[in-house]
Amino acid sequence: MKQSVFTVIENTPVTERVSRLRLRGDCSAIERPGQFVNIALPGLFLRRPFSVSDWNDDSLTLHYELVGKGTELLRSMQKGEKLDLLTGLGNGFDLSLAGERPLLVGGGSGVSPLLGLARRLVQQGSRPQVILGFDTREDIFLVDELFHLSLSPSVTTADGSFGIRGLATDAMDLPHSFFYACGPEAMLRAVAQKSPVSGQLSFDARMGCGFGACMGCTKETLNGPRRVCRDGPVFLKEELTWDD
Amino acid sequence: MGRLSVSLCGVELSNPIIPASGTFGYGHEFAGYYDLDCLGALALKGTTLAPRFGNPTPRIAEAPAGMLNAVGLQNPGVDGVIENELPKLAAVFHKPAIANVSGFSIEEYAAVCRKLDPRPEIGWLEVNVSCPNVHGGGMSFGTDPAAAAAVTRAVKAVTKKPVILKLSPNVTDIVAVARACEDAGADGLSLINTVLALRIDWKTRRPILANTTGGLSGPAIFPLALRMVWQVSQAVSIPVIGLGGVSSAEDAAEMLLAGAAAVQVGAANLVDPYACPKIIRALPGVLDRMGADNIREIIGGAHGD
Repeated sequence: MKQSVFTVIENTPVTERVSRLRLRGDCSAIERPGQFVNIALPGLFLRRPFSVSDWNDDSLTLHYELVGKGTELLRSMQKGEKLDLLTGLGNGFDLSLAGERPLLVGGGSGVSPLLGLARRLVQQGSRPQVILGFDTREDIFLVDELFHLSLSPSVTTADGSFGIRGLATDAMDLPHSFFYACGPEAMLRAVAQKSPVSGQLSFDARMGCGFGACMGCTKETLNGPRRVCRDGPVFLKEELTWDD
Repeated sequence: MGRLSVSLCGVELSNPIIPASGTFGYGHEFAGYYDLDCLGALALKGTTLAPRFGNPTPRIAEAPAGMLNAVGLQNPGVDGVIENELPKLAAVFHKPAIANVSGFSIEEYAAVCRKLDPRPEIGWLEVNVSCPNVHGGGMSFGTDPAAAAAVTRAVKAVTKKPVILKLSPNVTDIVAVARACEDAGADGLSLINTVLALRIDWKTRRPILANTTGGLSGPAIFPLALRMVWQVSQAVSIPVIGLGGVSSAEDAAEMLLAGAAAVQVGAANLVDPYACPKIIRALPGVLDRMGADNIREIIGGAHGD
């Protein structure tokens, strides 16, 4: 974890509800795709956690969905404005588990961290299969960035307005060695049930601190209570209980 | 004694700043962020006799200048703390820590304290009679002077360590509870715990917290905490640890001026993991601006004469 100040270099809506935020600053604490940053916003007490889409040494990209006061404030941030970030939070995805033919499944704004994950999987020589699920055509984002990695993501829409009609899980028909998933909990559960192999799933939670201090985002697992912010947000399929 | 050192129940602290219970886990996990030995002491996560998962989530909500929590005393139980947490803490923190004890009966408070009493890592027992987020325990003992006194007596009977009662602000007369604890043998008091509060999601029309209510902390409660520290420190002769919304060295100075012998920092740790070392580093400059030679001379200084 590292605390440092970042500068807004781009803050652009990519759909009606999702914006891309690019920030310049020290990214040395980010080690894995699927980790998140916690952003202090003027006038709010608690920081707001956002999954990192992609990053390099001195800049990072987030895709955030408008859900409330914090994200509305974030949407008003202009190029050149400064933000205080905690970076390198959470465990992130483990690339060593990918195997020959990993599958990446994202739903809604949860597709965000799959970009950085896909890039690093490609860099280590594997060709991941990617499925992105959205409600409707207007919600689709991140597809172009994945094309730039020479990947051809399957896109599903619940209303059939683009790509395959149905849910992300409806496109899970090819064999895969391991899966990585991020999205709504119902999607995560469906992916874990449908896939015959092991996988890692990234969870969303209402957090207090984001670094393991407050026990605000605890999740029950087969290994006992775990903090989504510090022990997660990525959990292995085999340690999850879907009781709640 | 150093310029910042203070005394808490006869034990010298190198400075008055202590991370508050529930905002710092069991301490050892934060050794990677900074050298914990810079702290005056640290207060461990509230501990009960049996392990507890705590309340369902969401447990956290934003508030103006603060936050609500309803964690509900998640902890691995006192045996788990002794077996796993205290040895890890001892490896990275070389001063006595404050154990924070909770319970659902007077017998449970005493049982947890009896187990912690022989532990060399623990310098003080902070007895939490003020958790607003559990039913049938915690705060129900701290809102009745007679019950708070009964817990104090039961704990004092099983330990030689200094016993500090952590008081609830959710009372009409905190001075009455404080006096009852002092009369029952408490060696110190810490105040305030969080203030019982509520947030509603206007979009879903339901409370945000799964527990419905939670405890408000952060700068929003600082003036309320300061007023209570002021009142209680005048009414009792045992040391008072001031806490509630302290976020800066200036806030800490206000707490000391109100009569606190030491200061805990809670919610500020959750938004700035380096809050405590920053406050400690800033204290000498605040003393300079006050024209004070050392920090002890400002304790209670706002009361005049």
